[in-house]
Amino acid sequence: MTTTLEKAAPVAAEHRPVPSNLKVTQARVVRSEWIKFRSLRSTVITMAAGAIAVIGLGLLSAAFASGTITSPDGGGGPPGGNDPTGISLNGVMLAQLIIGSLGVMMTSGEYTTGMIRSSLAAVPKRLPVLWGKAIVFAGVTFVVMLAATLVAFLGGQAILSGAGVASASLGDTGVLRAIAGSALNLTGVGLMGIALGALLRSTAGAISTLFGIVLILPGLLQLLPSSWNANIGPYLPSNAIGSFTTVQAEAGSTMLSAGAGLAVFAAWIVVLLAGAAVLLKRRDA
Amino acid sequence: MITVANLSKRYGDKLAVDSLDFTVHPGIVTGFLGPNGAGKSTTMRMIVGLDSPTSGDVTVNGSHYAEHKAPIHQVGALLEAKAVHTGRSAYNHLLAMAATTGISKQRVEEVIDLVGLREVAKKRAGGFSLGMGQRLGIASALLGDPEVVILDEPVNGLDPEGVLWIRNLLRSLAGEGRTVFVSSHLMSEMALTAEHLIVIGRGRLIADVSVAEFTASASNKSVRVRSPQATELRDLLADDDVSIASSERGLLEITGLEPADIGDRALRAGIALHELSPQQASLEEAFMELTRDAVEYHSTTTSGADAR
Repeated sequence: MTTTLEKAAPVAAEHRPVPSNLKVTQARVVRSEWIKFRSLRSTVITMAAGAIAVIGLGLLSAAFASGTITSPDGGGGPPGGNDPTGISLNGVMLAQLIIGSLGVMMTSGEYTTGMIRSSLAAVPKRLPVLWGKAIVFAGVTFVVMLAATLVAFLGGQAILSGAGVASASLGDTGVLRAIAGSALNLTGVGLMGIALGALLRSTAGAISTLFGIVLILPGLLQLLPSSWNANIGPYLPSNAIGSFTTVQAEAGSTMLSAGAGLAVFAAWIVVLLAGAAVLLKRRDA
Repeated sequence: MITVANLSKRYGDKLAVDSLDFTVHPGIVTGFLGPNGAGKSTTMRMIVGLDSPTSGDVTVNGSHYAEHKAPIHQVGALLEAKAVHTGRSAYNHLLAMAATTGISKQRVEEVIDLVGLREVAKKRAGGFSLGMGQRLGIASALLGDPEVVILDEPVNGLDPEGVLWIRNLLRSLAGEGRTVFVSSHLMSEMALTAEHLIVIGRGRLIADVSVAEFTASASNKSVRVRSPQATELRDLLADDDVSIASSERGLLEITGLEPADIGDRALRAGIALHELSPQQASLEEAFMELTRDAVEYHSTTTSGADAR
């Protein structure tokens, strides 16, 4: 069969100018990401679970350390050693898992559901979407987690001092830094999750990678010759985090200064987010 | 207006789109036809910048999609039924999309009513049926009041009432001077909706024709002749411009001759005819004929049509 290859005659269209008030801006994308963030029930529940972990485990740990409650066999020392601040912030470790997963799901959830295609079609420059997610997530997480760590600290110290064991107060050296640092820790781990979710585009892959880096790597490093461990160890995210969240370091630990630790942690986040940005821009959605 | 120029896309060693060249004009509905796997969706994804071309270029109203200041005001696209987070309500999905470019809540309400999702707007999109998902996708596409509307298989999963609604919607959008580009693998659907057709197969352009021309070329295609002297008739009519197929004894499918011509020549040669009937190929058949060599996934059992 033959088919003539003839173009249709163009029809004159009324060309409507783009109203200048409909431009895509970073501020508008942040607003859009905020709507996305608050409109998922799972996000809200996970954030609440993170706060409950920080407060609940902190209080439990303080009660345990004060002797208010004891383990059935009466054995074992309190977790967190004998640093009262560390005891009351014991829930942060579990919250890392929860908030880290939330960060991952901020990006991987868009890939697994197909939402990412809507997001990138609306914002074809793409990077504002990643920055928008990071800004909204970091803002909300830092505020909520700062409140949670503060409550955990104050409640934990009240339990400790009530039982007559050593406690700390907000004015003590390093305490405020540890409280704010713990909120930064959770925010930063979540940002690493956002980056890994965007890099790997899979929830399971990104969550296991994140926890591999944050939780398992330090343990693996113990298996290496001790000189390696001493040289590399302090630069791992978990140890860098320890440098600005610990009030009384355990004896013999090799840690960076708080400022250097914060910089190392920030570098991990920046490198991962930069990698995510490059691939987001380059890959087909 | 969508301008596709020498556009190619390669995935690994598979060339999904192969040097496509065509223009989609405003004011009419243009159908984008091709068998499954022909490259329709890939082409549409490249138009809105989700995939980047391996070579060639595609512009919308003169610019690359990503260079438009207000992209969803330029192009509204329904690419897949579910490009929506399953945990979010239809309303919040549209609200988040609208926020990227400062579209008002009022407009969100408007498109929800337009596509008829009012009753389920606050429900999780994950629970939507295919048809409701399509309606939500169409609402997203129309949110920015776009000049160019691109819909990938919009009637998939819609009930007859929904199909009719889409047909009228597309025509009225084109009537307002917008560019409307709709893909389908159903020729019959496109014949009812579109004015112009872009047909591709295996990533290549097969036809760029008006529906009227396509319909004209599809009709009056062959003549069915039944004769006890079929072999003699075949020898008599055989010519370079004439193709004769036979699927059973005494039956000929003749293409390239008018029925009257066949009857007259048979009479002069003294050959008896028991049947002489012009065959109207349906649009669907014409489309299948056109794309026969370009079908990506052949079924294993085909009709006897290829007995020639």
